[in-house]
Amino acid sequence: MNVGIGARVKRKEDKRFITGKGKYTDDVRVENQAYAAFVRSPHAHAKVKGIDKSAALAMEGVIDVLDGGQLTGDGIGNIICGWAVTSKDGSPMNMGPWSALATDRVRYVGDAVAVVIAESQALARIAAEAVEVEYEVLPAVASAAKALAAGAPQVHDNAPGNLIFDWEIGDAAATDAALAGAAHVTEISLTNNRLSPNPMEPRSAVAIYDAAEEHYTLYTTSQNPHVARLVLSAFYNVAPEHKLRVIAPDVGGGFGSKIYIYPEEITCLWASMKTGHSVKWTGDRAEAFMTDAHGRDHVSTARIGFDANNRITGFKVDTIANFGAYMSLFSSAVPTYLYATLLSGQYDIANIHANVRAVYTNTVPVDAYRGAGRPEACYLVERIMETAARELGVDPAELRRINFIRAFPHQTPVIMNYDIGDFEANLDQAMAAADVAGFAARKAEAAGRGKLRGLGYSSYIEACGIAPSAAVGSLGAGVGLWESAEVRVNPVGTIEILTGSHSHGQGHETTFAQIVAERFGLPIENVAIVHGDTDKVQFGMGTYGSRSGAVGMSAIVKAMDKVEAKVKKIAAHVLEASEDDIVIEGGEVKVAGTDKAMGWHEVGLAAYTAHNLPPEMEPGLKESAFYDPANFTFPAGTYICEVEVDPETGTVEIVQFTASDDFGTIINPMIVEGQVHGGIAQGVGQALLEQVVYDDDAQLITGSFMDYAMPRADDLPSYNVNHASTICPNNPLGMKGCGEAGAIGSPPAVINAITDAIGNNNLAMPATPLAVWKAIQAAG
Amino acid sequence: MYPLKYHKPAALADAIAALGAGEEAKVLAGGQTLLATMKQHLAAPTDLVDIRGLSLSGISAAGGDVTVGATTTHAEVAASGEVHPAVAVLAAGIGDPLVRNMGTIGGSIANNDPAADYPAAVLGMGATVVTNTREIAADDYFGGLFTTALEEGEIITAVRFPNVERAGYAKFKQPASRFCLVGVFVAKTADGARVAVTGAGEDGVFRHEGLEAALSANWSPEAVEAVTVSPDGLMSDIHGDAEYRANLIKVMARRAVAVS
Repeated sequence: MNVGIGARVKRKEDKRFITGKGKYTDDVRVENQAYAAFVRSPHAHAKVKGIDKSAALAMEGVIDVLDGGQLTGDGIGNIICGWAVTSKDGSPMNMGPWSALATDRVRYVGDAVAVVIAESQALARIAAEAVEVEYEVLPAVASAAKALAAGAPQVHDNAPGNLIFDWEIGDAAATDAALAGAAHVTEISLTNNRLSPNPMEPRSAVAIYDAAEEHYTLYTTSQNPHVARLVLSAFYNVAPEHKLRVIAPDVGGGFGSKIYIYPEEITCLWASMKTGHSVKWTGDRAEAFMTDAHGRDHVSTARIGFDANNRITGFKVDTIANFGAYMSLFSSAVPTYLYATLLSGQYDIANIHANVRAVYTNTVPVDAYRGAGRPEACYLVERIMETAARELGVDPAELRRINFIRAFPHQTPVIMNYDIGDFEANLDQAMAAADVAGFAARKAEAAGRGKLRGLGYSSYIEACGIAPSAAVGSLGAGVGLWESAEVRVNPVGTIEILTGSHSHGQGHETTFAQIVAERFGLPIENVAIVHGDTDKVQFGMGTYGSRSGAVGMSAIVKAMDKVEAKVKKIAAHVLEASEDDIVIEGGEVKVAGTDKAMGWHEVGLAAYTAHNLPPEMEPGLKESAFYDPANFTFPAGTYICEVEVDPETGTVEIVQFTASDDFGTIINPMIVEGQVHGGIAQGVGQALLEQVVYDDDAQLITGSFMDYAMPRADDLPSYNVNHASTICPNNPLGMKGCGEAGAIGSPPAVINAITDAIGNNNLAMPATPLAVWKAIQAAG
Repeated sequence: MYPLKYHKPAALADAIAALGAGEEAKVLAGGQTLLATMKQHLAAPTDLVDIRGLSLSGISAAGGDVTVGATTTHAEVAASGEVHPAVAVLAAGIGDPLVRNMGTIGGSIANNDPAADYPAAVLGMGATVVTNTREIAADDYFGGLFTTALEEGEIITAVRFPNVERAGYAKFKQPASRFCLVGVFVAKTADGARVAVTGAGEDGVFRHEGLEAALSANWSPEAVEAVTVSPDGLMSDIHGDAEYRANLIKVMARRAVAVS
């Protein structure tokens, strides 16, 4: 059976997942276990005047109640944003202080004020309710636009007007001139709705302090345990890195929300030292809604100009991004370098200018969520393109075709240099697969049933494998964005791959093993993937931004190159042949054109017995590599959504969803299709269902699944997933990344289809039945 | 969940006694609302009196009436050939399989959630709520939100549905919870049409006079068209404002008649 690149290998990890044998953080059982429950602010904005712990401390089984004064008194540092963005006037961003436990002020509903450590989880929660906090309630603001208005409540003293930064990219004057001279200008105002990530597994932490060794171990739900260790050590002063082990075991989904180091993990580590107990915290769903970093929440206006031939001349964007109450770890990068740099879309646009204002509000911090900036860019570009096509009376596919970038590499006016793509191939493939030619007949048939049928396009491009380290560093990133890997060939020839990537649903244990099995001609069972433990894997930057293929696997390839070179040297020596004549295939290391060969395992054994190695060669067969990408990768494609709307109720049914993606080389088509399905499900969720809502007092209205509408199976269509690939020239496997494309490309396709169906372009996400019905009424 | 005392009496009298003795005792039937509320620390009863050992489950028909025991689950009603098909359809559409296999008719109407399905069937059919002490006509039973005519210590033992000529139910689900955003139960009785609306009213389930008059005169989907449904007194929330709910009442009423 072929298990190499391109094979639909069943996921090795699924046996334990689907039989309930996964090992998640909450499954960790240790001696001397205590449980944490957090005392959280019920107010969106208040001064903390006093904390009375006496009733909680008096409860039998309560070990301690700890507060922010004690935490900061012990030198635990404030939570930081790791990407410095500079305002257009040259001033640095205004980062307000964020203590893991609030000291003097709370800034959103759910902000942690104190923590109860008790002998059981149930007791800890009951005791947390007995902690009496005296608040002086302050005015609060939830909407970013309102937070910018004169007289709005001030969230942080060091951010006047709640402005974190006022940043721009591109040439304003040239763009203004292009728009002024345009034959037609289309304008659009839209909101990119705030989302709650809702991974299936809530966040969890188990912190263990070894007083004798002054050493900490943290099991936690992290997408990047090494980054967690680095930040906990270097910025939060929990412990030096060599005294802190972070383990991210099986993790049940992240979608970005588990990149960041939250107050709870920091507090559990500190509390384990403070109390002498191991401290476990597992959030419930209510806490997830209240504290997991939210995504999106942009308000934008945009203008795009066309010449008489319907070619884009300029594109100008103004965006307000809601950051919530504090700057989360990568919050500043999302609406800037991950958003405005993609505003060229798939189109050849000479002049682009974007202005982005980042704003504090009394809401949950906002950070990267599946797609992170690129969905916001794609939604804006693809909504305005569809709108322009309607205004210009041009077929929307044709307008895209007229403006496609056709020569690569292509330098956009907003930093990105697209390396390769064939946008028209994806559009053509999607249109054929969606039977666009038959749409008119289907629309007429639907009308006979009283249904409004519509069709919408989205030709998306995004950027994955964020890179290179020197470039992101020059843009303000506090970290490098390479990846590391180690290939350990055992004396019996089996292989362990240690990777700095982290799998929390992506299937790395399978796809990573596939490239190794193919390279050395081994059974896939002989390859194990080790990840998620800072004591095992030397370093890693983790998994987000669809980087594990293009960056993580490239590091593995680099390490395999080194292993192969050594294997060939050993075999050449043993077989008395030239290194250049050695080939590795089918589990054997052979001299080409002869019957002289060693089994792969024999080479492994030779390396470790060291009885007959070339002179000066070190024993062993283990190589490591760091891979720093040369450029981003640029997955792209076209999505076509076809909907039927019930005009009586506003209900939208997606009757057909067609994808044509260009992900470069595909390792495992089954897993890639799964990623596309899941991504589209989240994109459809954003387009039709999901919305975090705060009221005017910044109280969270959508605090449970009773009001926050997660997509369910029956909300979703069967997907028609296709691939038309160009091979990425910038990494050894030619990969681009597939983890986020579905979530990036699908929302505008859905909204373009609905607005086409109902004949009213003024429709915001989520297009709930209520919103669609109102839009139909407004259209008359 | 806070610590509490759990009782599972075998006789109704013992259940009544346990309810009276507890400081803040609550009846537990299917627990599909109560237990979730307790887990969120939103309810803190000192005692739970589980009435599922009282033999209050089962469906029986007599003299044209169908009596459904209080602890009969939604799944049992959905599978019943004795209840009116509209009632079975309604029960089959409540919640998810877990809810339907645990939740009970008595629990639903005792709770009287304004977005629950059963109040529409009980009021629409003109059913009778039978308790340990008395019989209450549906028209007298439902109060405002989460409010009923039940007194302290009173336990529903059964719901008795009369025979009707035709009945139908249509609901529009709230997208997140999948409770009723609007549910309309219509019944054609010897005394005219009854139309009960759930999910929409600020005071919970209610009968709609305009729709009843129109359908009494002409039992047809078309008869609904001429009726004006006012948004006054209807709920507004993020899933539907009063105007939208008013529209849905008409649409669901028409669809309910069509399937009756």
